[in-house]
Amino acid sequence: MNRLYSKMGWLALALLGAFAFGYIGLQRGESISAIWIVIAAVCVYLIAYRFYSLYISDKVLGLDATRMTPAYKYNDGLDYVPTNKNVLFGHHFAAIAGAGPLVGPVLAAQMGYLPGMLWILAGVVFAGAVQDLMVLFISTRRDGRSLGDLIKSELGPVPGVIALFGTFMIMVIILAVLALIVVKALAESPWGTFTVAVTIPIALFMGVYTRYLRPGRIGEISLIGFVLLMLAIVGGQYVQEHPVLGAMFTFTGKELTWMLIGYGFIASVLPVWLLLAPRDYLSTFLKIGTIVGLALGIVFVAPELKMPAFTQFMDGSGPVWSGSLFPFLFITIACGAVSGFHALIASGTTPKLLENERHARFIGYGAMLMESFVAIMALIAASCIEPGVYFAMNSPAALIGTTVDSAAQAVSQWGFYVTPEMLAQVAKDVGEHSIISRAGGAPTLAVGMAHILSSIGGGKVMMAFWYHFAILFEALFILTAVDAGTRAGRFMLQDLLGTFVPSMRKIDSLPASLVATALCVAGWGYFLYQGVVDPLGGINTLWPLFGISNQMLAGIALILATCVLFKMKRDRFAWVTIVPTVWILVCTLTAGWQKIFDANPRVGFLTHAGKYQAALADGKLLAPAKSAAQMQQIIFNDYLDAGLAAFFILVLLSILGFGIKTVLAARAANKPSTSETPFEALPASALPSA
Amino acid sequence: MLEELSKAGRYLGQTMRLMVGLPEYGTYVTHMENTHPGEPMMSYEEFFKERQEARYGGNGRVGRCC
Repeated sequence: MNRLYSKMGWLALALLGAFAFGYIGLQRGESISAIWIVIAAVCVYLIAYRFYSLYISDKVLGLDATRMTPAYKYNDGLDYVPTNKNVLFGHHFAAIAGAGPLVGPVLAAQMGYLPGMLWILAGVVFAGAVQDLMVLFISTRRDGRSLGDLIKSELGPVPGVIALFGTFMIMVIILAVLALIVVKALAESPWGTFTVAVTIPIALFMGVYTRYLRPGRIGEISLIGFVLLMLAIVGGQYVQEHPVLGAMFTFTGKELTWMLIGYGFIASVLPVWLLLAPRDYLSTFLKIGTIVGLALGIVFVAPELKMPAFTQFMDGSGPVWSGSLFPFLFITIACGAVSGFHALIASGTTPKLLENERHARFIGYGAMLMESFVAIMALIAASCIEPGVYFAMNSPAALIGTTVDSAAQAVSQWGFYVTPEMLAQVAKDVGEHSIISRAGGAPTLAVGMAHILSSIGGGKVMMAFWYHFAILFEALFILTAVDAGTRAGRFMLQDLLGTFVPSMRKIDSLPASLVATALCVAGWGYFLYQGVVDPLGGINTLWPLFGISNQMLAGIALILATCVLFKMKRDRFAWVTIVPTVWILVCTLTAGWQKIFDANPRVGFLTHAGKYQAALADGKLLAPAKSAAQMQQIIFNDYLDAGLAAFFILVLLSILGFGIKTVLAARAANKPSTSETPFEALPASALPSA
Repeated sequence: MLEELSKAGRYLGQTMRLMVGLPEYGTYVTHMENTHPGEPMMSYEEFFKERQEARYGGNGRVGRCC
């Protein structure tokens, strides 16, 4: 009887989901309520979790509740601790959710909300969550080892080193693009700049407090820090209106770039307890709180989606980023659908804390579904503001000019109704001088969030507060990522350089670490500067490179998972990873190819370089260059970016080659050939009681 | 009911601490008492510092996503 009820329940859920999709699909030309998107997404998640993830756990992987886990085997109360599955879910989710799932969907909204929504849902169910679950499983069965180690032991040492190089380049690009988002949000905004700058002394105070005043009291200091942050937002308004202070905190993009580069260098050589750790407490708790708040807001306010389901920019002519729906939508939305970076997390601390192998389903697959929901919320937030405002905020100055009049005129010509008064009003509502050309996703998301959150609390009066709250929240965890990423990059670089210059490997050596840090900061700083001065907004160049690199890593992780399935002699089920691998490879390689060779100068780096070269030969100057030397610089950057895209393609192809070789060898073997740790039973006391 | 609530509260606290890389000190103490009796044990403050260094101190590990 219970079985029958359960079946009927799932049938009802499936029908509800289908109805929501039907409703979304049939409402052409009219705006719909965001609640339909939420219903459709949640139904997809529940059904995928209940059926597909169970199929993968039971049939494909054979998760074994009686098998020893690293947490019990190496239990030390520190790194390896058997952890309650709900607690671990929170830990894992906090580690995978960041700026990525919030920014990608906002950028993708230029094609309308439907393409992005469909890719987020299909991508997470068949690719992203599968990847996270598989990597978590593979690492758990190999003593919780890291992705690089796993590739080394399953595919061979050479692909291991290649993957390490690839990972380092991803770090550089990610840090550049994240820093660019902060620069775009804070340029010419004294309120935002002041608020974010004040987080540094706040974090320093928190660091001293947790180190010396009351060591280890994270909860109370986070509360104190939170109150100070809210005061900083309020204070920001005062600063903005103050004639002297306002001017003091007004910076151009270039100035902010140099500050961020300096900050990144200093922050990553300071002791961790002083700045990095306390700011991580703030950013983590603020992130979780904001995600919960946004979810409640969307459900209660149920905002109308003003963005059309599709726009004419699906053909690739969009102003926010260029390139057609295939393949560029699939690399623009990485986090939220499938993110290679998660493979590093799923083979990091989480497998060492996993109490029971069966929990991998809930934590690997489940947490990724949650992150996908964050991406859906970001898409909703971007789609509930006026499309005209969205395009004015996200299009580069080269296309729409710098005044409300020129922007309104350009955007109206594309067919999105907007007036100069509307643009001025939005800027006034959120307490900024201008919202034109604030590309990068964060300000758009902030306007969307302010729109939703101010409907719950405070109305129009509070809109400026919520806007700066959203900017602060994003800048806070981006700065934490810049700091932590520079540190991680420094160690990777010391390791890589140590192969050639042994003295570079000494982690405790001050000169070696300063050199490696400087190289790392110079790496991302270079791309950041290039993005800030780019007349097309920088995002147009850097975001696709970031997407390609992130999906390249996803491709590597999925190839690894496929190899492991063949090595386990589960050939029958290998389609579970082969299908997403093929799709990711096709999208990433096509996008990489087009970024290099496409005939449209807005897409292809080489064509763009050719255009500048031809102009230079004729003795002409093209914007933004003001001298022949700057023209040369732009041409050099184009070749550099093309080289980077080619590098990512080569990494992916070589790993594919090694993967195919591994699969063929595994198929030729007459018994399983994995390198997982031999079966050992969990201690009786650790077996699940039910 | 009250017991359930306080249990949920405890788990919530644990989750928030683990999110920033701090596992339960009590679990560590129990582990040390059961498996390494008589050996030196870190105080909470030492434990906190040790975990902070392990999470952020580096060795090239990437602890979080973009």
